[in-house]
Amino acid sequence: MEGGMMDADALDREEDSRLAPEPMDRRDFLGLSACAAAASALGFGSLGILRLPKPGVLSSPSKKFRVTLPESLLPGQAFVPQGRPVAVYRDDGGVFAISLVCTHLGCVVKPTAEGFECPCHGSRFGPGGLVKRGPAPKALPWLSVKPVAGRSVIVDEGTAVPNGTKAAA
Amino acid sequence: MDNLVRTPMTFWSSLNRSGMPVSDRGRSGFIFSNVFLHLHPARVHRWSLRWPTTWGLGIAALSAFLLTLITGVLLMFYYKPHPAAAYLSIKDIHFVVPTGRFIRNIHRWAANIMVVGVLLHMARVFFTASYRRPREFNWLVGMALLVVTLALSFTGYLLPWDQLAFWAVTIGANIAQSLRELTDAVGMTAFFDPGGLQKLLLLGSDQVGAEALIRFYLMHVMVLPLALAALLAVHFWRIRKDGGLARPADVGSRLPPPEGRVYPVFTEAPQKTYSLAAIVRGKTPAVGNGPENTVPAMPHLMLAEAAVFMLTFAACLALSLFLDAPLKEMANPAVPENPAKAPWYFLGLQELVSHSAFMGGIGIPTVCLVGLALIPFLDREEEGTGLWFGGPGGWRLALASFMFGSAAVLAVETVAINFGWIREWFPGTPQIVITFVNPGTLLTAAYALYSVWTVRRYDSTRAGAIGLFSCFIAGFLILTVIGVHFRGPNWGFFWSPSMWGGH
Ligand code: HEM
Ligand code: FES
Repeated sequence: MEGGMMDADALDREEDSRLAPEPMDRRDFLGLSACAAAASALGFGSLGILRLPKPGVLSSPSKKFRVTLPESLLPGQAFVPQGRPVAVYRDDGGVFAISLVCTHLGCVVKPTAEGFECPCHGSRFGPGGLVKRGPAPKALPWLSVKPVAGRSVIVDEGTAVPNGTKAAA
Repeated sequence: MDNLVRTPMTFWSSLNRSGMPVSDRGRSGFIFSNVFLHLHPARVHRWSLRWPTTWGLGIAALSAFLLTLITGVLLMFYYKPHPAAAYLSIKDIHFVVPTGRFIRNIHRWAANIMVVGVLLHMARVFFTASYRRPREFNWLVGMALLVVTLALSFTGYLLPWDQLAFWAVTIGANIAQSLRELTDAVGMTAFFDPGGLQKLLLLGSDQVGAEALIRFYLMHVMVLPLALAALLAVHFWRIRKDGGLARPADVGSRLPPPEGRVYPVFTEAPQKTYSLAAIVRGKTPAVGNGPENTVPAMPHLMLAEAAVFMLTFAACLALSLFLDAPLKEMANPAVPENPAKAPWYFLGLQELVSHSAFMGGIGIPTVCLVGLALIPFLDREEEGTGLWFGGPGGWRLALASFMFGSAAVLAVETVAINFGWIREWFPGTPQIVITFVNPGTLLTAAYALYSVWTVRRYDSTRAGAIGLFSCFIAGFLILTVIGVHFRGPNWGFFWSPSMWGGH
């Protein structure tokens, strides 16, 4: 009797030692790996899906356009070409263009005698486009201007130049 | 032949599978053998049926949503999502299509009622402390519903393609981009520009145009409604799994005895309990509790829901008969609407945005949403669950906090309106300073400090939450009123819209 029980204990112990080194059931391990594989596949798949809505080419019209400044344009007076949020100026230093898109949230600002004012949240800019008051975080950008034949220039809304850059006209 | 003659009868009984509900069991069967009704419980607690428990606000929001669904599908018969056609098709709907204006008005008003309903519903869940364990998850589902509801109304706002729509969405998209206020400050926008990416994904371009319109349309008529419907299913299902609506622990002694005309409170002994299916944990009230104080959902809950639906519908119809949905001139990308105002429930935010785009449009809203989401996880108290203004402090604290909140917001706005802000006092102050120190952030900080103080004073997070929530209600209301009524051209301050002058 006694010996028989001892045998059973020994058997148990042997059983334990065979199982003990395995910290995780084989099935659990395979199952978890499968889950991880599926999850990462889904993750990368979703990233791939997100790539589609980000356009590679912008559908908006060309940012470059040509303007002919009227002879009568006085220094300090803004010329706003039809349909473009840009003010073009001519003075003794040359021709320059200032963007009229408010640096706050994108409304079109109005050139006034003292500079520019934004209708949306009341930002005010000085004559050179520097912020005077209101929530706009930075100055109105100056835009690249290239003179072409005659009194015309080509303005590029997409290219900002340092404030104060003027093109000889 | 016999079968053909009997078809109307068999057809009827196949429709009405559980027979006329005469017994309690029949009434339960009426509910759970119908796929649409079975989101309801078979029996509801009498506490849940009291008007003051919910004021029917959740159902009102749901009813408004259903109205927008039906009228929205009708509008889709004529609406064309392209910049060249959108405005004209809305004009057709408004002036030519039979009943078009009426349906469009209902859609507008139902959308407004839905937003109001959701906000009030959230306030009632908050003030009755119904978000507590085990309802934390449903509170989060509710927040997702709030966000989707607001997104629905924002995307819908663009579709008429009029001046209001175009400029409100231009501003909205640039708010998404305003993370640049931060990335510019550390000078990394050139190579890491999450703000620009957000705007690009939203508009599909760098300005509001055809791409943006089709995106907003897709979101508005398909993606967001489906998301809302799925979330609603989870929301309602969770209510049942959480043991019905929250109610006070001593609910039995708070309820008057049932009136004579209610259906028997309980007549048949239960045949089985949920715990038999081994799916219910101990806390769920259905386990170990008899169904005392419950009544069959059919007819009591059904009638209450129908009543709320009819009221919402009636309000919507009445408003739509007399007040037309607005339609301004066609969108003109060269000349902003002045003043350019978003829908009224965003005007509080627009007021904050007029101090700092990033803080007003992203920073503070995010802080608010995270704060709301945390409420049920910070407030682990038990006192006052299911009772209006339950918990330490009660309605007195809510009222005092509302006063404090109003005073604080009026104070900062008065300063900003009369004396301007840092840039006027110290020209040349870097933007990053203004981003972090502006009326909006100061107000948020004041509310947060006040809330910490209430937590200390009452030694209770629930009290702190009541303080904060009441402050934010005050802030939201007052900023919205300022945005709607007191702001005019160039976002200037005007005592009344009649002083705006000609433009
Ligand atoms: C589309 C928006 C929503 C709809 C249609 C809706 C609908 C409902 C309905 C019908 C109920 C039943 C009780 C009642 O009518 O008050 C309910 C309960 C609840 N709702 Fe909403 N809900 C919406 C949004 C929200 C929001 C924004 C929150 C909070 C962030 C929220 C949190 C809850 C919670 C925690 C409950 C359980 C309340 C209790 O047990 O007393 N829900 N909801
Ligand atoms: S867009 Fe110009 S101030 Fe807001």
